[in-house]
Amino acid sequence: MSQTSQAFVDAHPSAQDNAVTVRGVSKNYGAVEALKNMSLEFPRGQLTSLLGPSGCGKTTLLKIIAGLLKADSGEIIVNGKAVTGPGPNRAFVFQDFALLPWASVLRNVAFGLELRGVAKSEREAKAEKYIKDVGLAGFEHSFPHELSGGMRQRVGLARALSVDAQVLLLDEPFSAVDEQTRRKFQEDLLALVANENKTFIFVTHSIEEAVYVSDQIAILLPRPSRVHEIIRPSNFRAKGIDNIRRDPEYLDIVDEIWASLRNYVE
Amino acid sequence: MKNRSLLLKILSAVLVFGAWEVAGRIPVSYAFPTFLESMSSLLRMTLDGSIFVAYAETLKPLIVGVAISTVLGIGLGLWIGLSEKFEWLFSPIFIVMQAAPLAALIPLLVMAYGIGLTSKVFVVCIMAMPVIVLNTSGAVRNTPESLKEMGRSFMAKDHHVLLKIIIPAASPVIFSGLRLGVSAGFIGAILAELKITPTGVGDIISYSRSIADYPSMYAAIFSIILLAVLFLNLLEKIENILFEGNDRGYVTD
Amino acid sequence: MRVYGHKLPAMSSLLIWALLWEIVGRTGATFFIPPLSEVFVTLFKIIGTPAFLAALSETAQAFLAGVFFSIAIGIPVGILMGKSRLLDELLLPWVNIFVSAPLTALVPVLMVLFGFGMTSIVITTTLFGIWIIILNTRAGVRQINRSLVEMAISFGATPMDAFVKIYFWAALPEILGGVRIGVIRAVKGVIIGQLLISIVGFGALFELYATNFLMSHFWAVLIVLFALAFSISEFLAFLERKVAYYAAKR
Repeated sequence: MSQTSQAFVDAHPSAQDNAVTVRGVSKNYGAVEALKNMSLEFPRGQLTSLLGPSGCGKTTLLKIIAGLLKADSGEIIVNGKAVTGPGPNRAFVFQDFALLPWASVLRNVAFGLELRGVAKSEREAKAEKYIKDVGLAGFEHSFPHELSGGMRQRVGLARALSVDAQVLLLDEPFSAVDEQTRRKFQEDLLALVANENKTFIFVTHSIEEAVYVSDQIAILLPRPSRVHEIIRPSNFRAKGIDNIRRDPEYLDIVDEIWASLRNYVE
Repeated sequence: MKNRSLLLKILSAVLVFGAWEVAGRIPVSYAFPTFLESMSSLLRMTLDGSIFVAYAETLKPLIVGVAISTVLGIGLGLWIGLSEKFEWLFSPIFIVMQAAPLAALIPLLVMAYGIGLTSKVFVVCIMAMPVIVLNTSGAVRNTPESLKEMGRSFMAKDHHVLLKIIIPAASPVIFSGLRLGVSAGFIGAILAELKITPTGVGDIISYSRSIADYPSMYAAIFSIILLAVLFLNLLEKIENILFEGNDRGYVTD
Repeated sequence: MRVYGHKLPAMSSLLIWALLWEIVGRTGATFFIPPLSEVFVTLFKIIGTPAFLAALSETAQAFLAGVFFSIAIGIPVGILMGKSRLLDELLLPWVNIFVSAPLTALVPVLMVLFGFGMTSIVITTTLFGIWIIILNTRAGVRQINRSLVEMAISFGATPMDAFVKIYFWAALPEILGGVRIGVIRAVKGVIIGQLLISIVGFGALFELYATNFLMSHFWAVLIVLFALAFSISEFLAFLERKVAYYAAKR
């Protein structure tokens, strides 16, 4: 493992451009230490995965970055400004989709803009564009309960994209969809990272998924939560999406991550 | 945390009874005694035993009626829940009964059965039975199919499926039906005593009203509400002992 | 149930019961059960009479007023209880007591405090309906999916936005369920109030028919009353079903 970590340190001097910086963040729930003095950097325009066993605080960290939870100490810097709460520069994609069951796809996608007070015609035009982008054209007036799990998460994704935030926070976004849909999502996500100039922070518990989609993987370990190591896969992304899963480096990294996490899985 | 909840319960009781006391002292109405007056009346009735005599009278139709409703209601409910034919035939009656103000039948019951115990038992039954029947049949009908299939796949006989799977699975909802039935039975029993013939606690209420002894009237009302609450709590305790680990039933009314 | 492959409508068995009633009535087995046909003839005879219309309108007024107060007070109180822990802990024991207490016992008190008129009946109706509305609203607010609320907050919702756009709608199935049960209870409350106070509305009418042994009149009024109560309950159940599609997945 050391060689990839080393490669990361060499390739990225401290002066790199970070969209999000986590500095010394701690969070306790009563006597339980969810996060302890955690520091992490998220390079702009790249996808960083937070990977670890359950209870390692990855979702807690993501919600602190989102401003949904308050850290007990430490700070979150987004685009040079400290985070005090939710803001328009970040958008969240939820594990359980968090769609309004009583609202159509169109209204759901436009809901972030609705809350920002954007006029109805404008926000719906924007929502329609993103509905088309995620491949749901024709479903604008369907309701969430009429869609499959995968389509629902596309709605959640379109909602996050439509507010045009620079940072996208994805909390295990594909864990509630079936395996095949999931693979399609992963490929689409790679295209999204390549095409949109956004920073992605991606929480997952799937090692293969993390290695497949990430520019940078932060391995978190629990009790107390800490960053165990940061891995930057070097070059298999360039070989095309069809070749990633059989690239030797991909397979090595998957194995090595499993070797370091194995002991923490109950 | 436990202390906080107890403290708040006490605080809440003090607030309400305090407000009662204050309202009685102003007084908001000539017919509104203070809390302490009412409680001393209750104490007096307890000490001279008159309240026990009254409850012996009140509880008779209540207990008989609730017992009949329970046995008949759960029996009918199981039957309706298990057989589609009986559901078609009987459930509309209970659905209508559940929605309808059955208290309107009381004058008729009095004509048919007089002013004695029979009428009062009937009142309790028509109030208590529909919800017991409907909850039981609904719960039986909604037994998870996978549980029944599991039973059959392990070669369970029909009566085993009923006794070991359907009834335990349905028990939380049956019990919540029982609680609702008992509470409706209380309403019926008091209604019968106030409307048909003043006996028992209904007599204390009516009589003390007629002689303007309001503290006794409030004391009697206080005691019947207290009794109903205690009885329903007891029922819940019994349920917890009988079916340990049951999730609390979903209330349908 | 199915007969020769045709599914019989759910309430169709009531026709069989009606037929049975007619037959029992025809045999003259008991004076209390006149033939159903006779009851219906009487029903059409009395339905336009001033006495009946007066009773109906008195009852409807008391009922609507009672339901209005139950809903207008019950839903806000329920929402507040669902959101504020302190308020919840202070009020919940009392709501739980009154939702199952024999409220009939309170009617005599209302009679001495508010007289033998409309006020007492309206309060009785409210007392019957309100508690379950409070309880259900509270339950609805408490079980709202956290991530819906988080979603709204993460997109910058104000507390008012969250209330109007999330809490109310997410709790709506439970609120409607509570209103349905509350309204059914209020129907019972208004009749119980009228029976005990007995000089107004259907209470007076029942008294009149019963003392004069006008059985078919009595049943006719009863049928009207039951049909009304049932229709109200079914209408509310229909509304509830309209939002049921999202009750299970929030």
